[in-house]
Amino acid sequence: MANGAIDTAALNGGQKLALHYFAVALILFAAQILFGLLAGIQFVKPDFLFGVLDFNVNRMVHINAMVVWLLYGFIGAIYWLLEEESGIAVVGLQLGRIAFWVLTAAVTVVVLVYLLVQSGAGNDTTIWLINEGREYIEAPRWADIGIVVVMLVFFYNVAGTFSKGRWSGIAGVLTLDLVALAGLYLAGMFYVTNITVDQYWWWWVIHLWVEATWEVLVGCIMAWSLMKLLGVRRQIVQTWLYIEVAMMFGSGILGLGHHYFWIGTPEYWLTIGGFFSALEPVPLVAMVVHAVYDAGVHKFKSGNHPALGWVIAHAFGNFLGAGVWGFMHTLPQINLYTHGTQWSASHGHLAFFGAYATLNIAVFYMAAQKLRGNVWMGGGLAGNGWKWKWSMALLNFGVLGMTVALLIAGYEQSFVERAVEGSTWGGYFAAQNHPWFQQAMVWRLALGVVTAGGLVLLLWDLLTIGKGESRSAPELSPEADAA
Amino acid sequence: MNNTPPWATEALWKKVAVWVTALSFVLLVVLTFDSMAKTAAGGSRVPAYSVVNKQIDYRYDQAAQRYKPVIGGEQPLFGKALDEATAEQQVSLGKKTVQGKNCINCHTILGNGAYYAPDLTKSWLDPAWISETEREKRMLAFLLDPEKNHVGYGSTRRMPNQHLTEAEARGVIAFLKWMSSIDTNGFPHNFKTITAEQ
Repeated sequence: MANGAIDTAALNGGQKLALHYFAVALILFAAQILFGLLAGIQFVKPDFLFGVLDFNVNRMVHINAMVVWLLYGFIGAIYWLLEEESGIAVVGLQLGRIAFWVLTAAVTVVVLVYLLVQSGAGNDTTIWLINEGREYIEAPRWADIGIVVVMLVFFYNVAGTFSKGRWSGIAGVLTLDLVALAGLYLAGMFYVTNITVDQYWWWWVIHLWVEATWEVLVGCIMAWSLMKLLGVRRQIVQTWLYIEVAMMFGSGILGLGHHYFWIGTPEYWLTIGGFFSALEPVPLVAMVVHAVYDAGVHKFKSGNHPALGWVIAHAFGNFLGAGVWGFMHTLPQINLYTHGTQWSASHGHLAFFGAYATLNIAVFYMAAQKLRGNVWMGGGLAGNGWKWKWSMALLNFGVLGMTVALLIAGYEQSFVERAVEGSTWGGYFAAQNHPWFQQAMVWRLALGVVTAGGLVLLLWDLLTIGKGESRSAPELSPEADAA
Repeated sequence: MNNTPPWATEALWKKVAVWVTALSFVLLVVLTFDSMAKTAAGGSRVPAYSVVNKQIDYRYDQAAQRYKPVIGGEQPLFGKALDEATAEQQVSLGKKTVQGKNCINCHTILGNGAYYAPDLTKSWLDPAWISETEREKRMLAFLLDPEKNHVGYGSTRRMPNQHLTEAEARGVIAFLKWMSSIDTNGFPHNFKTITAEQ
């Protein structure tokens, strides 16, 4: 197939399953943006949908859709690379297919309950069936157990395939990382009355996922992508991957301490958390160097410009959003004033997008390419590739703009609410009512609309790119490994 | 191309990655055991649930140069002293209600959550409740019908009615009072409590 028609014949079993994950990921991505917009409108017009879809519901769907679509993207990306990396067919693929449908049915039920039932009484039934009421892991307990089962099936697919096929460096890091990822989820699956202990373990899931295991996971996907997109030598990407793992876990595991400043835990966390989180940006700088250097050495020669573009966006987004924006307010000396303000939202927007959304989108483009019969997607695309270029520009500009708007709001809150007014409810509203704050929220909403525009264009482009293209992608023969 | 210096080899960095990860994780586990021991309810950082029977305040400590909770004399909730087991039951009912009503997706608790509504960490001590004698009555009325009893602060943002039962509302108040006694290393800084305003 050389005319860019959709053809799944060239895909291997893992890749066919990956397409299912990518499709759900994109639907949830759209849901994330939609409910983000609703919540953004409520900051500007508090009466909007009051009593129907209140802010807490919109915000919960917004953040949960994000977590779940990123996970779908990661799982899909791993199924996508699994057979090529291991050299054999996915072990237990049929089980993996069933797991996909089980997970997707569960996610659908959970979202419907969030929207239609919303909340319940203060008892265990609510926690088991409706909503656990713990940020980011609101999913009711039955769903938690289901997710663990599905993750075990996925782990069996990955570990079983690699152990029967080729055990590369990427395979080793990936497999161990998935053990940590699935294991940490258990830390969020019990009820305790003591709020300090509750939040202590809750951060094991949230921080150790997002700032440790997810970062290593995208490191693996990035390493594989660079080999695919640029033909970078395996030895080089794997050495870098190990360096990244050392620095990421070396800073990220104890960097957990920066969440333990104000929740009632002992004072030594101020020192440990401050020190190690100051180190957290270091591996992210290395990643930028790595990506840009590799791209430069290969003179940006790639048959898939959109994917390469998003890989570079990931390197910078990860460094800026997770590294710089995180570091700016992570030391206890400043965090005492910025904790619990829009500062966190500012950092969160750029970090999740820059570190994770970008790399998932890069993989979506690699999938789109192969789905179209491995057609050319480099320079000189139909229409000069305006759709991918504009969607990339709008998405990045939109998210960066929201980040800056929320940063301004966060500064204003830190000074007015915290430093001047002393964190009372009166102080909180003095900050929220201030024209400077409200202006920032209007900016955030406007740039949220820009982001939504970028997403629409992205979806359109993913469905049409490569259509009617007759040139084939170049065969990138990876440089021979030194013996 | 076999002139790779030892410090640049894949094998070396693999070992470094494994050792750094293992050491960090072991350290985290050790610190976690220590933190669990120090944050158990009934200790100096997280008081026993029966602290809801006491007067609680949050004041600047000159020696430590930060704000600290100060536990005072008797001040039982709704005028009725609770034994330890009943107090824990009340606080637990309150916490489950806070979770079941998804409060954290508007409010922050210990500074974590959403930023659409005020932080609840020291809300028991907030001057919004006018006076210590008025506080319980006003909190209960607000939780049971927030739309009718809210203080607008010049904002049109308001809390939707979560249809709490009276028992749940009393539980939430116990939870908030107990939480205000937790030593949060000085967070939130510079907080003016209800007693400072009186």
